[in-house]
Amino acid sequence: MHSMTITQKILAFKAGLEYTVPGQLIEIPLDLVMGNDITAPLAVNEFHKAGFEKVSIPDKTVFVMDHFVPNKDIKSAENAAQIRRFSAEQKIDNFFDVGTAGIEHALLPEKGLVTAGDAVIGADSHTCTYGALGAFSTGVGSTDLAFSMATGKLWFKVPSAIKVILTGRLSKYVCGKDVILHLIGILGVEGATYKSLEFSGDGVSSLSMDDRFTIANMAVECGAKNGIFPVDNKTLEYISEHAPGKDCKVFEADCNAEYDSEITIDLSALKPTVAFPHLPSNTRTFDEIDDDIQINQVIIGSCTNGRLEDMKAAAEILRGKKVNKNTRTIIIPATQEVFLESVKQGLTEIFINAGAVFSLPTCGPCLGGHMGVLAAGERAVSTTNRNFIGRMGHRESEVYLASPAVAAASAIAGRLCSPEDLR
Amino acid sequence: MVIEMIFNGSVHKYGDNVNTDVIIPARYLNTSEEKELAAHCMEDIDADFSARVKPGDIIVAGKNFGCGSSREHAPLAIKASGISCVIAESFARIFYRNCINIGLPILECPDCFKIQNADMLKIETDSGKITIQGTEEVLSALPFPDFIEQIIRSGGLLNKNVL
Repeated sequence: MHSMTITQKILAFKAGLEYTVPGQLIEIPLDLVMGNDITAPLAVNEFHKAGFEKVSIPDKTVFVMDHFVPNKDIKSAENAAQIRRFSAEQKIDNFFDVGTAGIEHALLPEKGLVTAGDAVIGADSHTCTYGALGAFSTGVGSTDLAFSMATGKLWFKVPSAIKVILTGRLSKYVCGKDVILHLIGILGVEGATYKSLEFSGDGVSSLSMDDRFTIANMAVECGAKNGIFPVDNKTLEYISEHAPGKDCKVFEADCNAEYDSEITIDLSALKPTVAFPHLPSNTRTFDEIDDDIQINQVIIGSCTNGRLEDMKAAAEILRGKKVNKNTRTIIIPATQEVFLESVKQGLTEIFINAGAVFSLPTCGPCLGGHMGVLAAGERAVSTTNRNFIGRMGHRESEVYLASPAVAAASAIAGRLCSPEDLR
Repeated sequence: MVIEMIFNGSVHKYGDNVNTDVIIPARYLNTSEEKELAAHCMEDIDADFSARVKPGDIIVAGKNFGCGSSREHAPLAIKASGISCVIAESFARIFYRNCINIGLPILECPDCFKIQNADMLKIETDSGKITIQGTEEVLSALPFPDFIEQIIRSGGLLNKNVL
């Protein structure tokens, strides 16, 4: 009997094989395939160009209009219109448009479209987010999406894995974002290329689902194919709340599964962590930052940190305070549900009273699309996932990646600031 | 369609972690029109690239080329610029898949740091032989698995029935 990681077991099960080994090429049927308003148009063009007529899995195909919506210009509007028409023609019910949509990787779990044991691809690199639910989930390009819409399947190379053992519990003002930034700082931006990050250890149970989504979301930032968590009671509660009645299949890593390497992280020792320009691996904690770094804009949102807990963490810091007059503060709930809960729980009022703007769900500013593009020389603290050159606007702008608590504290201080240092 | 698998061209050299945001910034992702993408290819790290690049030219880079987003617009922008082949010490996973899928030849060559900007190269993908013309130094690229070579030779994933 071959010992396997969680990912290798899911892939073996889907491929109908007794086992899989790293490096093996397999083709598997998919439980869900997803595209957005940037990647789906290209996929649909390729789909037609290749002579396909029918999506073979309309019930497993999801389109989310989230990047450049509400449409920022005519070309973006044409792209969304193309997918709107295609979804109607192909009877794709899971077409999420302005009003029902939100940021895809917050939306799909919330809508109960992904469950434990699923194999999911999305034409978006942060599709690895659903590993938080114990699913195999990875980002691909538009041609892979076109192929999988046509056939219901896709080929994969079975990955080896890095085992990430989490121990202890997070301290106040430290969250999932700090865990994944710390890990990317250790691994570097290509340290896990082609591999799975498999999380384990007694620290996992203390992490909320929102923290796990954040951590799995950024697995791709160290090159990983997927990041996956073991399924525990919190996962099952989340699934039964969001996907009641949906079958889920729980896979566990064999105790003698082989890993390329192991990294142990003591959660209780972690501190608020910031990734400096221009790589997510360029991480520092505040005791390593001497400079006074003035901040022009703060973004709290995205598929990484736009969930309810993130809104709460920001509100806790901003309650009764004012953001610095030189720091534009933009808070973007990831979905309509997060928006509504933020209103119901009084978070919106806190944000507006603090002088922040509370905006509609969109990926917009994360990729320099709209709703918060940076000018030359400007600096942002952002709860998003990438800080490459030009990511949020002008090539001479800078992005500092951090948690919602650090972003909110920096908004008040007008400079890069830890919540602990806020006076 | 079978892609010609011998390339001769001049080198545009870059460093490590050339990401898809600099290959084609997201502000241009409201189109998938290839010529339009090519006009902005690499502009945030190499403003003259689109003016300078000639058909058949070759991109050579360091580690983790193509990291970041899954946008297939990135390899499309490179291909539509006229680039015949991308050589890097290593590639990011999604970008690697995308290149194979759209039929943009890429080669992984751990020694390609020896190649200089503006060098003329001859590349024979069958043997993985990369010759630096003038010096006649020969580097070896890692061979493609058969399965991937078949996709490339077919001109991309949708032209081939895989597995």
